[in-house]
Amino acid sequence: MELITPGLGLIFWMTLAFSFLVYILGKFAWKPILQMLKERETSIHEALNSANKAREEMKQLQFSNEQLLQEAKNERDAMLNEARKVRDKLIEEARIKASEEASRIVESAKASIQNEKMAAMTDLKNQIAENSLTLAKFVLKRELSDPLKQEEYVQELLKEVKFN
Amino acid sequence: MTAIKISVAFVGRLLLSFLFAIFLAGSISAAVQDKTILVAASDSAFEQQEQSASHKEEGKFNAGEMIMEHVVDNHEWHVAEIGSLHLTIPLPIILLYESKLYTFCSSRFHNETHSYMGFKLEQEGPHKGKIVRDGDHGSVTEHPAVYDFSITKTVLAILMSSFLLILIFVSVARAYKRNRDKAPSGIQSLLEPLIIFIRDDIAKSSIGEKKYEKFMPFLLTVFFFIFFNNLFGLIPFFPGGANVTGNIAVTLVMAVFTFIITTVSGNKHYWVDIINTPGVPWWLKLPLPLMPIVEIIGIITKPFVLMIRLFANITAGHIIVLGFISLIFIFGEMNAAVGYGVSVFSVAFMIFMNLLELLVAFIQAYVFTLLSALYFGLATIEPEHH
Repeated sequence: MELITPGLGLIFWMTLAFSFLVYILGKFAWKPILQMLKERETSIHEALNSANKAREEMKQLQFSNEQLLQEAKNERDAMLNEARKVRDKLIEEARIKASEEASRIVESAKASIQNEKMAAMTDLKNQIAENSLTLAKFVLKRELSDPLKQEEYVQELLKEVKFN
Repeated sequence: MTAIKISVAFVGRLLLSFLFAIFLAGSISAAVQDKTILVAASDSAFEQQEQSASHKEEGKFNAGEMIMEHVVDNHEWHVAEIGSLHLTIPLPIILLYESKLYTFCSSRFHNETHSYMGFKLEQEGPHKGKIVRDGDHGSVTEHPAVYDFSITKTVLAILMSSFLLILIFVSVARAYKRNRDKAPSGIQSLLEPLIIFIRDDIAKSSIGEKKYEKFMPFLLTVFFFIFFNNLFGLIPFFPGGANVTGNIAVTLVMAVFTFIITTVSGNKHYWVDIINTPGVPWWLKLPLPLMPIVEIIGIITKPFVLMIRLFANITAGHIIVLGFISLIFIFGEMNAAVGYGVSVFSVAFMIFMNLLELLVAFIQAYVFTLLSALYFGLATIEPEHH
């Protein structure tokens, strides 16, 4: 049992025990432990990677969303513009049409007024002529001696005449 | 949390055990005048008297003898001594003599002649503790050699620590299977940093990403075996206390493992570098192969240094601590009061040394593993293509 001379028995037992230990631990401890550690590391690595990817995708998505929104806005603006134009055009057309119609109505009204006027004039002329004849008839019926009375009578008759 | 709790409890228990040892040492120091702690375990009162008488004749407390007895291997495990009662675990003796196997219990040697079945346990001289044939004295042999395959104190400690290592790491492996893709818990989280440290900072950095995997079982086993046994060596009583990693046979076996693995896994580049070292003038290789000889010596010295370093570091630590304990007894023999006075300083230094040894326990395990990994790395390195 000297300090610096290795004992044969101890070398034998140590070799046996240590080989056994390396084998048992290697098979039942180190292998699963290292494998699990590796698995965990890869899973963490993958998780980080996929998180990064997701973030990137999110960014992309956000970007495309914004783009979409912008496009929609633009389209809306365009549509509004179009609509406004159409409206203006419609109004313009309507106004032109209305004024045309109005002028046409006025024209026709004028014409019909003219016609009516002419008709009325003719009518009036006819009535005046008739009235004059009737008057003359009544005047002729009375004696024409007294000019004063005649005059009175004419006046009387004239009162009766009513222009309707 | 649990990991911290465990480590705190562990350190606490360690300190407690030191304090207990100090208390024990103190109580023994009072009785040291008429007794000695060096007596071997005994079965009979008669032997006790005989021994203490012989020790008295021999002289008083012998620090060197006491320290050696604690540092080297033994055929029995001396646990404690309370008064005249010796608590000793007898261990099986297995002898191979003239191709015959002899097995008996080490307590059979507890008789006047310290011999049984014609074998004798040497009590004196440079071969103390060795089993020889009756009539032989150390190197003076008339009989064929006795091959001693006994389960000694160190062998038992190796077996116990191996069992503990298997228990711990197989349960940790089970915890990994159970906690798949989850955070580690309990003892798993205490050991995981060490495992990852060995994998990343020792194996990967010295051997390389591609080839490190096949060396991992050996590196991890050697690290934890050394680390655990270093720590057990610091515990002063039964389950610990055996100087496993401070035993040259143990470090020899581990160094030989490193040597064999290095040699077996050495690639063409490695052997070419040894036999025909590049960048060396031709006259160092021809006619006299100086450089190859140096390189081949280098192959042997590498594991040799591994063996000596671990053995010397751990043994030195034990010797220093035991030396401080011896101081108490040496001064106690002069005067009990002086012994008590010195014990204060001795204990303070012992606590300091034990804390230092905790550090050394880790560092030596690390150094052994790192150097083994470096040698594996050298053996498997691929030549650089320019």
